[in-house]
Amino acid sequence: MELVCPAGSLPALKAAVDNGADAVYFGFRDSTNARQFAGLNFNDKRAAEGIDYAHARGVRVFCAINTYPQPDGWQQWTSAVDRAAAMGVDAMILADMGLLDYAANRYPDTPRHLSVQGSATSYEALRFYKDNFDIRRAVLPRVLSLDQVKGVARNSPVELEVFAFGSLCIMAEGRCYLSSYLTDESPNTRGACSPAKAVRWQETPQGLESRLNEVLIDRYGDGEAAGYPTLCKGRFKVEGSVYHAIEEPVSLNTMDLLPELKALGISAVKIEGRQRSPAYIADVARTWRQALDRLDAAPDKFVPEAAWRNTLAGLSEGGLTTLGAYHRKWK
Amino acid sequence: MMKLSLGPILWFWSRQTVFEFYGKAADWPVDTIYLGETVCSRRRALKPGDWFGLARDLRACGKDVVLSSQTLIESEADLRQLRKLCEQDEFLVEANDQSALQLACANGIPFVTGPSMNIYNVATLKILARKGLKGWCLPVELGRDTLRQLIRGLDEQGLELPAEVFSWGFLPLAWSSRCFTARHYNLPKDNCEFRCLQHPDGLELRSRESQELFRINGISTLSGARYDLMRELPEMADMGVATVRLSPEHQGMDEVVERFDLVRRGGVPRMDPLTLVEAPPCNGYWYGKPGMDQVRA
Repeated sequence: MELVCPAGSLPALKAAVDNGADAVYFGFRDSTNARQFAGLNFNDKRAAEGIDYAHARGVRVFCAINTYPQPDGWQQWTSAVDRAAAMGVDAMILADMGLLDYAANRYPDTPRHLSVQGSATSYEALRFYKDNFDIRRAVLPRVLSLDQVKGVARNSPVELEVFAFGSLCIMAEGRCYLSSYLTDESPNTRGACSPAKAVRWQETPQGLESRLNEVLIDRYGDGEAAGYPTLCKGRFKVEGSVYHAIEEPVSLNTMDLLPELKALGISAVKIEGRQRSPAYIADVARTWRQALDRLDAAPDKFVPEAAWRNTLAGLSEGGLTTLGAYHRKWK
Repeated sequence: MMKLSLGPILWFWSRQTVFEFYGKAADWPVDTIYLGETVCSRRRALKPGDWFGLARDLRACGKDVVLSSQTLIESEADLRQLRKLCEQDEFLVEANDQSALQLACANGIPFVTGPSMNIYNVATLKILARKGLKGWCLPVELGRDTLRQLIRGLDEQGLELPAEVFSWGFLPLAWSSRCFTARHYNLPKDNCEFRCLQHPDGLELRSRESQELFRINGISTLSGARYDLMRELPEMADMGVATVRLSPEHQGMDEVVERFDLVRRGGVPRMDPLTLVEAPPCNGYWYGKPGMDQVRA
């Protein structure tokens, strides 16, 4: 299985390449990709440099252009496709049907991967994208259980990539509008969820408060670790009780499932986190490289090492990891 | 004159409540009615045969009937249900995900798309038009400026694809594999005791400052404020919007339909309060603002 690592900057890209990634993915410095953060991502010069660095070391490079262009932004998005193709990326990660069609017609030789933002949760949906846009690979959403992944894998017309580690989206990606409901930006429209520009931290007599466009997302007592106010991970009130009504701040970690994913014929495991530091990327890439190498050597005997678990837990939100939807009980 | 449509019931109501609701809706001045369970595969108060029966009855009352597909397709069982829907051509199908698109295309049946379909530009509409798209609903997070450009773009392409706008009700904002209602009751999803039945308009999720943020409805999350574009109807008519979608609620719906019908005909409604579940209004998405905002026109 291929290890696909995030690159939010040139140093992060190099960290991924140097620590065992088989492929890295990046986006341009605008809202054409689903990790639009201030100071993150690549201008053309940096992108070309990164591609050279990776290719010189036998690592593939994917370009994520996986948000949804509206009519007034159409040229900006097609320009991103044009530039990625001209730079010689190994694949484009796309979600929008119009853009997939554009890329398939203009650059038939540059492989197209369906982004998780393309909302394909079944093999019939994958067939739609395969038949119409000849995608080579699809990234599956984080809402399927392992049994459901099995069902998709058995009938999939394309290679599959699954999320292995990082932030856990618990809503079906590509059709979650929670962020644009509270702020004016969503992953689909602007490549942003719970955007930093709308975040405000405030010390109050009741504790440290995190707000998103003034909406109280969480309030932390003494000694409680505060996390980024991703809106679905806040504590809210339902029928008088206050709790993480949607999801706890935890990270996805599927290392325990590697033998099963391999047996299913999954082509690649994806690390989330283009917003993360080069040091984080280096640690995660190195750990997963070791795990995948061990898996390849003896798939039947694979057990994650305690040291790997500790490293990953230390890099996780709230120090906690979950199998997420892969584990039926989580639902 | 713009058409009025009743969207699919997004909540879990008892069989009797559903039949009573559509019994009344048959007499309301709505042109189109969307039928079917779009949220949760465990909600089976009505069997497929019941939905078809309702569809035929409502058609006999002069309504255009569309059968809506489940929004999040996860399992082989979900696909089996979907195939039944996409292998019939008695009624138009509303495709709410790409699995439904594929099955409708494979069977060569015409279809329309609901607000959860990822349609953000003219290129996408053109592709779907070639596949048999007969009409489309604007994603809820898009506003009037984008809609105007989309309608203009379709005109320039010579494509006739009637646009529908989700114009009234709690906005469907997200779908998950996790059931938030079951989570609230500390029940596993597979043994949820159908608690959604106790909440015919969802469970309120508020901030710790009691601001109404969302409504929990099984695996789906809806807006805490009620979207209301009644004042924007004249603007929609000018833009060339074909259909105005109203999302069912279990009380006061007759009054809502009556009011929208009056306004689409150029009338001025009384502004006394309706007998609705209490919720703040919002219209932000239409104006390109955060969805929860209420913009004074």
